[in-house]
Amino acid sequence: MTGAELTALSIADLQRLLRRKEISPVEALEALIERIGQVDEKIGAYLSFDEEAARKEAGRADVTLPLGGVPVAVKDIINVSGQPCTCGSKILANYRAPYDATVIQRIRRAGAIPFGKTNLDEFAMGSSTEHSAFKFTRNPWDVARVPGGSSGGSAAAVAADEAFGALGTDTGGSVRQPAAFCGVVGLKPSYGRVSRFGVTAFASSLDQVGTLTKSVRDSAMLMNAIAGHDPQDSTSSPEQVTDYVAKLEQPIKGMRIGLPREYVSEGIDPGIKAAMEAATKQLQNLGAEIVELSLPHTEQAVAVYYVLATAEASANLARFDGVRYGHRSANAKGILDQYFKTRAEGFGLEVKRRIILGTYVLSGGYYDAYYDRAQKVRQLIRQDFANAFKDVDVLMSPTTPTAAFRFGEREADPLQMYLADIFTIAANLAGICGISIPCGFDSTSGSKLPVGLQFLGRPFDEGRILQVAYAFEQSTEWHKARPPA
Amino acid sequence: MKSSPEIDVAYVANLARLELSEDETALFRDQLGEVLKYVAKLNEVNVDQSLDSAPVTIELRADEPRDWFTAEEALGNAPRQRDHLFIVPKVIE
Repeated sequence: MTGAELTALSIADLQRLLRRKEISPVEALEALIERIGQVDEKIGAYLSFDEEAARKEAGRADVTLPLGGVPVAVKDIINVSGQPCTCGSKILANYRAPYDATVIQRIRRAGAIPFGKTNLDEFAMGSSTEHSAFKFTRNPWDVARVPGGSSGGSAAAVAADEAFGALGTDTGGSVRQPAAFCGVVGLKPSYGRVSRFGVTAFASSLDQVGTLTKSVRDSAMLMNAIAGHDPQDSTSSPEQVTDYVAKLEQPIKGMRIGLPREYVSEGIDPGIKAAMEAATKQLQNLGAEIVELSLPHTEQAVAVYYVLATAEASANLARFDGVRYGHRSANAKGILDQYFKTRAEGFGLEVKRRIILGTYVLSGGYYDAYYDRAQKVRQLIRQDFANAFKDVDVLMSPTTPTAAFRFGEREADPLQMYLADIFTIAANLAGICGISIPCGFDSTSGSKLPVGLQFLGRPFDEGRILQVAYAFEQSTEWHKARPPA
Repeated sequence: MKSSPEIDVAYVANLARLELSEDETALFRDQLGEVLKYVAKLNEVNVDQSLDSAPVTIELRADEPRDWFTAEEALGNAPRQRDHLFIVPKVIE
């Protein structure tokens, strides 16, 4: 097996070879390092990686464990002890994590090797990874286009075979949207399913760690490792975790799949629409029943999101004051001036924009009109989903209204950029789970660009969306397509 | 909700302890004005049927002492430190 063939393996296939001792964890890691050396100059998925630390871990890896000897890439907003955790921001350019996030402890316990910190939009704020303070990450399917975001580095690394699998975070679609743009599988668990401890907070009522993988099975394997209650995160749920891999192969005959009218209406590119229609037929062929229904408050979701997410972000980012960690301005006169200048020098434009909006909607005289109102509408969105799930088992939609866009295309108009999150953000507002899987290509722009199919499930029903995603994936060839080398 | 979404960016930036350039201030005034105009659609919704809050269970762990960071580790990323303290510019003259 050549190095390129090896790094193209899924986690499940790699694990099989490791357990049969056909390759060693060190060989797998070396192949990955070589692959990164070959392609990452072009793709730019990684911000940092520590070969020596990973080699040590690979040398003592126990391949009998569920993820034994498997290197996993980590979005650079999740703390890995001793490694940088820049959050894509200048303000944390020299930060080193003093401890492991709970998800890192858990993948280590399952035998995996956290290897490489991937690029992201600064503090996970963005849908293109263009807002990283350090560099662009390019879409492996067309390097003139963005990989999506904010977990763009994780998605591009998996798509370009620079990672067997990766962790990301999803606050409004930041795992599912880059997965769709890069043609990989992206899972956002229900709020509270996975611990947020050690994950730098963007919007605490919406953030959730998710997985980016080459297959649905890999996603289930990573979920088996990371899901579950954590006393370090008061919002993590004591709800029991099921075995996500064990459920995969159950047939979906008779499953009721809701197709929200509002998610297939205006504003969707023809190439996406065509892929969705084909996916619907395929699910019917598998015996599922497609049920049209309505989520009446869909139109308000983006507005609710950009009030609540920015409000929470403005509070969470108040901790960056140049006192305890991160950048400190050298030009300040006095403590107050130090706060102002440190933050001015450390934060990028998108982060500043969101701090201003978030501070505004929380400020005296506007709180009731914006923040309080948005909370009330959020409850209506939550009720929309609760009502829908009385009638159907899962919901389906496109993950995004368009395929990957070109660099700079949406820079000038933040509102248009925000509106493109329409199909993903409601899941975060409602706290439900969602997965994006490859379901075809959009070639209407001249490039062959992946299209994502999204399934949404009830809170803590990850098993079911994995099951339907697996059935679809195994009945199609889309997940086998690889980007041009 | 206010009918004209004019945002006093300089005032808000002061609340956020964030220095902005004149260009940034002007840019945000325009862009966030657009965003707020869009957000005004929240006014169109009847929220009478909205429940007060989500049934979120918050589980607090027992408040017990345990091993955690040493002072050295906690200060490991400090821009300036001395004698187990974070050093900041003089606050009181």
